[in-house]
Amino acid sequence: MTSPVLETRGLTKRFGGLTATRDVSLQLAPGARHALIGPNGAGKTTFVNLLTGIFPASSGTTSLDGRDITRLKPEARVRRGLARTFQINQLFANLTVFETLGLAVNEQRGHGGRLWTSFAGNRETQSRIEALAGDFGLTDLLGTRTVELAYGRQRLLEIATAFACRPRVLLLDEPAAGVPEAERHDLLATIARLPREVAILLIEHDMDLVFSFAETITVLVEGAVLTSGPAAQIAEDRQVKAAYLGEDAHV
Amino acid sequence: MHSAQDSTAIRPVMRGRTALELAFWLLAFAAILLFPRKLIILNEIAILALFALSLDLILGYAGVLSLGHAAFLGLGAYTAGLFAKHMNGDPLTGLAVSAAVTGLAGFLSSFLVLRGTDLTRLMVTLGLALLLGEAANKASWLTGGADGLQGITMQPLLGQFAFDLAGRTAYLYSLVTLLILFLIARVIVASPFGMALRAIRDNPLRARAIGVPVSHRLVTVYTIAAVYAGIAGALLAQTTQFVSLDVLELHRSADVLLVLVIGGTGYLYGGIIGALAFKLLQDAIASATPQYWQFWIGLLLVILVLTGRERIRAALTGISRRLAFGRATAGSAP
Amino acid sequence: MLTIIIDGIAYGMVLFILAVGLSVTLGLMNFVNLAHGAFAMAGGYCAVVATTRAGIPFLLALPLAFLVTAIAGALLERLLYRPLYNRPHLDQVLFSIGMVFMAVASIDWLMGSQQQFVTLPEALKGRTEIFGIPVGRYRLFIIVLCGLLAAGLQLILSATRFGSQLRAAVDDARVARGLGISVNRVFALTFAAGSGLAGLGGALGAEILGLDPTFPLKFMIYFLIVVSVGGTSSISGPFLAALLLGIADVAGKYYIPQAGSFIIYALMILLLLVRPQGLFARAR
Repeated sequence: MTSPVLETRGLTKRFGGLTATRDVSLQLAPGARHALIGPNGAGKTTFVNLLTGIFPASSGTTSLDGRDITRLKPEARVRRGLARTFQINQLFANLTVFETLGLAVNEQRGHGGRLWTSFAGNRETQSRIEALAGDFGLTDLLGTRTVELAYGRQRLLEIATAFACRPRVLLLDEPAAGVPEAERHDLLATIARLPREVAILLIEHDMDLVFSFAETITVLVEGAVLTSGPAAQIAEDRQVKAAYLGEDAHV
Repeated sequence: MHSAQDSTAIRPVMRGRTALELAFWLLAFAAILLFPRKLIILNEIAILALFALSLDLILGYAGVLSLGHAAFLGLGAYTAGLFAKHMNGDPLTGLAVSAAVTGLAGFLSSFLVLRGTDLTRLMVTLGLALLLGEAANKASWLTGGADGLQGITMQPLLGQFAFDLAGRTAYLYSLVTLLILFLIARVIVASPFGMALRAIRDNPLRARAIGVPVSHRLVTVYTIAAVYAGIAGALLAQTTQFVSLDVLELHRSADVLLVLVIGGTGYLYGGIIGALAFKLLQDAIASATPQYWQFWIGLLLVILVLTGRERIRAALTGISRRLAFGRATAGSAP
Repeated sequence: MLTIIIDGIAYGMVLFILAVGLSVTLGLMNFVNLAHGAFAMAGGYCAVVATTRAGIPFLLALPLAFLVTAIAGALLERLLYRPLYNRPHLDQVLFSIGMVFMAVASIDWLMGSQQQFVTLPEALKGRTEIFGIPVGRYRLFIIVLCGLLAAGLQLILSATRFGSQLRAAVDDARVARGLGISVNRVFALTFAAGSGLAGLGGALGAEILGLDPTFPLKFMIYFLIVVSVGGTSSISGPFLAALLLGIADVAGKYYIPQAGSFIIYALMILLLLVRPQGLFARAR
């Protein structure tokens, strides 16, 4: 196996007496399509917050491309190539699509601290913004403010914004949550089309989406890894069915 | 493709705005000839506008709430006053020294201010201003304490223009400084850095998640804002040749909040429009009931908030946009 | 030395009574009410007018001050504060500062800008010796009364139905609503009681804090210190914070009078440097 692009070893998070994440070790190969599933309260969100650096880990390590990032701040992890989307849209209400994407592009290129140049005066920045908008079907909406976008479009902008950071690993936190049926197809097609160079960790409830997308699956229960393996194998796992899939009888 | 579309749609508005802006600044300079008896208050307006511009950078653009912005105004004023009194009476040198001192103070205090929630920010900013006020009060051997810092004499500006009693030099000096700093601020808010500030204001969590080093950006803008406020204070000290403890008081910080809210936060003319409205209002009320001016300020604040400052601002920008469009169409008509 | 500590404790106790309402309303609605001190001032002036002009005895003037400010608080909450709960903090700050300015100017207009005094009963004047240490009787009275009040508040909060509703609402207003608790009603009651306590504190404190129209401005920072250092999740946090603040301020002004209030501000800033979440705030 090639060396993993993202790896956690024994990642643990305690809040007072409560252990929200227990000794989680996970590996993502380059270009992986990996899903993290688990019943409500299994600690998926805490794990994402640990990976992205919002919470400091109580013990264990996280590494990206073989370099330890356990102690890095969230923004430093993003610059190293670990981007995420949010379960609930976390966007900039008053910025336009153009400005939102430009912001991420500028940070990615290391121009975010520039005081004296125009925001999108750079031709490379401009063309990257337009390319991203094209890839995510947002070209006609570049001048629209985020608050005025339909919900499904906002979800696309979420993903496009994360993508603008040029990640090596992308965490998709319930990308389809709350998207109305009419806009759902577009979104799923976009996710399926994401380029293979980027490893993706999908955190999802929706089993249809998980099994259509993921090649490997890790099941989290009560903060710890219950099992991990190829999607087909997980689908047949009795333990998993008992612990989790029992809830979703249709699988 | 997008940009082409966009710019054609925006162009008439832009042209209208530029014309309006040009007219505004021309009028501001022409005021020297038009209102020769009002130059003292015009000078105060220009300084207040600069102070409000400074607050707008942190509050309007970056969303940092401060209840002690007068700390930098006062520090700048005392620095400039003391420098002129004891070291060198050249105005521009004094301005530079004040800018440096307040910039350093802003940089150092930013680490305190930027931690925690709105509440701790309020408290720390208020506390720092009170701390400085108390220091200035107690160190009366240096600052003159409650009597104020007296005996400041300024050399002529650029060695040419003496500060006159009518306030011609003073107003021109403040106005040019305001214009320069305004233009700099305009470049800054249109830069990648400026966009990052707006993103932080809207959603700091998400800003971090796309790689914006939030605290770093805030330290930078807080330092810049401190410099701006310090220069406003220096202008105040140099043009009035007097500094009193009043510059550090809470009402200064509250007034500038009000100025900004009247004019609108998050766009650069907000501070200028607000300063103009505030001073004219103050002038009008003060001549009617000088003693209870504070009551009317309070009432204004309460009414502004209860009716919704967004709504008021929307009405104002609606009017100005209509004006801009009107001019643009009038201009393009043969 | 002991006298200073006792003075400091009395001072701190008054600060606690003054600020406790603010701490609860802040924790409950996340509403930054900088006008809290205006209620305290109203209570103080109430006591002054009652004792000096109407000849009402001091001990009756205290509950009167509580009642008047509590009613005023309830009215203002209903009319002016309620629409602002979901507004940004900037709006709340502007609004409450505006209220402070209006209160200051109105009192100045009504009563003049000079310092005001309450008429204390003879029994509370002078000093008593306790274990050979001379202690001001009025300070002793304050310590006992405020101590009882603090204990009573703690009891209400921990042992009554209202208290448990209040704690649930502070913890998570949404969940509390889901449980059928009328958060608005709880808040209105708390706001009124908190304003009343501030009024009582103002009446009690007029003698030792001083009372003039700038009271809400002068003590704004003290309330903020108590609340942000003590946290908003308990009664004991603000209580300890108020005591510490009182003792430190009295001791500082006694030993290093030339520094004035400098010490308190510096101490507070230092403290927030070390513990930005407050000294007694529970980690979330």
